[in-house]
Amino acid sequence: MRYVLRRLGFFILTLWAALTLNFLLPRLMPGNPATAMVAKFHGELSPGEMHSLEILFGLNTHQNIAQQYVSYLHQLLTGNLGISLSEYPQPVSSVIGSAIWWTLGLVGVTTVLAFILGTGIGIVSAWRRGSRLDSVVPPVFVVTSALPYFLVGIVMLLVFGITLKWFPTEDAYYVKTDTPGFNATFIQDVVNHAFLPALSLLITLIGTWILTMRNTMITTLAEDYVRMARAKGLPGWRIMFDYAARNAILPNLTGFAMSLGFVVSGAILIEDVFNYPGVGFMLLQAVYSEDYPLMQGLFLLITVAVLVAILVADVLTALLDPRTRESR
Amino acid sequence: MTATVLAPAPARLPAGHAFARVVRAVRSNRKATAGTVLLVIFILIALFPGVIAHDSPSLDNYKPQLGFSGTHLLGTNSFGQDLWAQVIFGTRSMLEIAFIVGLATTGIAVLVGVAAAYLGGVWDGSLSVLTDVLLVIPLFPLLIIIAGYAHGDTTWVLILSITATSWSYTARQLRSQALTLRNRDFLEAARVRGERKLYVIVVEIIPTMTSLIVASFLTNALYAILFSSSLQFIGLGNPSTVSWGTTLYWAQSEAALQNGMPWWALAPGLCIALLGTAFALLNYAFDEIGNPALRPVRKQRPARKAGQSND
Repeated sequence: MRYVLRRLGFFILTLWAALTLNFLLPRLMPGNPATAMVAKFHGELSPGEMHSLEILFGLNTHQNIAQQYVSYLHQLLTGNLGISLSEYPQPVSSVIGSAIWWTLGLVGVTTVLAFILGTGIGIVSAWRRGSRLDSVVPPVFVVTSALPYFLVGIVMLLVFGITLKWFPTEDAYYVKTDTPGFNATFIQDVVNHAFLPALSLLITLIGTWILTMRNTMITTLAEDYVRMARAKGLPGWRIMFDYAARNAILPNLTGFAMSLGFVVSGAILIEDVFNYPGVGFMLLQAVYSEDYPLMQGLFLLITVAVLVAILVADVLTALLDPRTRESR
Repeated sequence: MTATVLAPAPARLPAGHAFARVVRAVRSNRKATAGTVLLVIFILIALFPGVIAHDSPSLDNYKPQLGFSGTHLLGTNSFGQDLWAQVIFGTRSMLEIAFIVGLATTGIAVLVGVAAAYLGGVWDGSLSVLTDVLLVIPLFPLLIIIAGYAHGDTTWVLILSITATSWSYTARQLRSQALTLRNRDFLEAARVRGERKLYVIVVEIIPTMTSLIVASFLTNALYAILFSSSLQFIGLGNPSTVSWGTTLYWAQSEAALQNGMPWWALAPGLCIALLGTAFALLNYAFDEIGNPALRPVRKQRPARKAGQSND
C-alpha cells in the first residue's frame, strides 16, 4: 500500500513537472514564438479565445510570472486547452478527440503483441541456451532494436505498399469510399490500413523485450530453486514457465516505463510515414502549421497517457510482487 | 549488477590498465569487434569524405532522377543532386552530433548519478527525483515541441535540447553502480585520509566505473543518433545542412518512394541503421563483459598485477 501511495505521489509530481515544462518552454524561448502566431490571427479571435491564449503563452500580460503560472494552472485544471488555430474555431480538446482513437488502437495492440511475443521468444531463447535458435535471436534483435522507426516504416511501405500493393499506403481507412461505422467492410479496411504501421512498430519494439527477457531469464535459470525443480524431476515446460519465466517477467514489467517512451516516439514517426491520422501525425501537423495551442495540448495529452500507463504498471507490479509491498 | 569481489584485486585500476582491459575485451568479443570495425569505417568516412565522393553534396546541376551508374553510384535525386555524395558528406554531421551529445550527456549522467549515490541524503533524494521525472516524460514529443518553438534553425538547438533531456537513463544506471561502491574499503580509506568529497568522486569513484561509463556513452550516442535523425527526418532540423536525416526529409517531402527513387530514402536510412547498430553492438558487448553470466564460457583471464599511475 505504501508502495502504491508513493507511486501515486510520483505520478502527481511528474504531471506537475510536465505542466510546468509546458508553461516555461514558450516563455523561455528568445522572442516568445507565440507572439507571431497570435498576431497572424488578430481580429479573427474573439476576446475570450484571445484571453485563453494569452494565459497559455504569457502574452500581452501585465502579471508577473508567478501570477501567470497560477492562472495557467487554473485554466488547464478547468480543462480549457485553448483554441486550435489550424482548425479554427474548434477547441483543442475536440480536435484531439478525433485523432486519439487511431493512436490508442495502433499503440495498444502493438504494445500488447510486442510484450507477449517478445517475452515468449525471450523465454524460449534463454531456455534453449546455445541452441540454433538462441544463436540467431540475440544478434538479429540487437540489430532491429537499433533500427530507426522511420526506416522500418519506409521499407515496409516500399515493399508491401508500393511495390507489392498488398496494403494501402496512407490514411486509416478509404476516406472517399468508406462510411465509418460498425460494418464489415469498414472494419476490414481499418485493419488493412493499420496492418503496416502496426507491423513496423512491432518490428522495432519487440527486440528490446526479447533481449531483456532473455537476459533476466538467464539470470533466473541459475537460481537454486530452478536447480531444485530440476532435481525433483519436474517436466521441462513447468520449470521453464512456472519456476523461471514467472520470476523473470516481473523485472521486465518495470522496464515498461522505459519502453513506453519508445512506443510513443515510434508511433509519431510511423504515423508520419504512413500519413496515419493519429495523435503523432497531428502533433507534427501542429508544429508545421505553428498551431502552438494544439501542439501544447497534444504534448500534455501524450505525457498524461504515458504517466497513467506507468501508474497502472506500477500498481500491477505491486499486486503481483509481494516484495514491492515490503521493501523499497 | 553485482560487483566482482575477487579478494586480491586492487581497489582502483589505473587508467592504463582500464584501457588495456577495454582493448582486450573488444578483441575477444565478436559483437564488440564488429561494432568497432563499423564505427571506425564511419569515422574514416567522416574525416575524409572528399576522398570517397568526388561530387559536391549540394551541387544540383546533374540530370535529375538518374539510376545507378559509374559516375553517380547511387544515382541522383529529383533536385539533380548526387546521392552518393549526400550520403558520404552527411556522415560527418551525424557523427558530430553522436559524439558531442554522447559525451555531454554522459558527463551529466556521471556527475548526477555519482553525486546522488555518494552524497546521499537530500542530494540523493532530489537528484533521483529529477532523474526519474525526466525518465518517464516522453522525450521525443518534448523534443518536437522544443524544436517547434525554436523553428529548428541551427544544429545547436538539436544538440542542446537532446543533451538537456536524454541523460536520465544512464544517470540512473550509474547511480545504482555507484551505490554498490559506497561502502567499499578504498572509499573508507579516502574518508579517513580526510579527502574532499569532490576529490573522492572524481579521483576515487569515477575511475572504478570506467566500463559502465563507456557503456553509458554508447547508449547515449545511440539515442543521439536516433533522436537527431528522427527530428531531421520530420523536418525539425536545419533543412540546409547535409545530414542523413535531412536527406531523408527531402526524400519524404518529394515522395521519393512513390516516384521511383527509393534509394534517396533507403541509402541515408541504412546508414543511420548501420551507425546505430555499431553503437548498439558495442553496447551489448559491454553488457556481456560487465555481466559474465550473459556471455559464452571461455578462458579465464590471466591475473593482473597492480600498478601505479596518475590519471
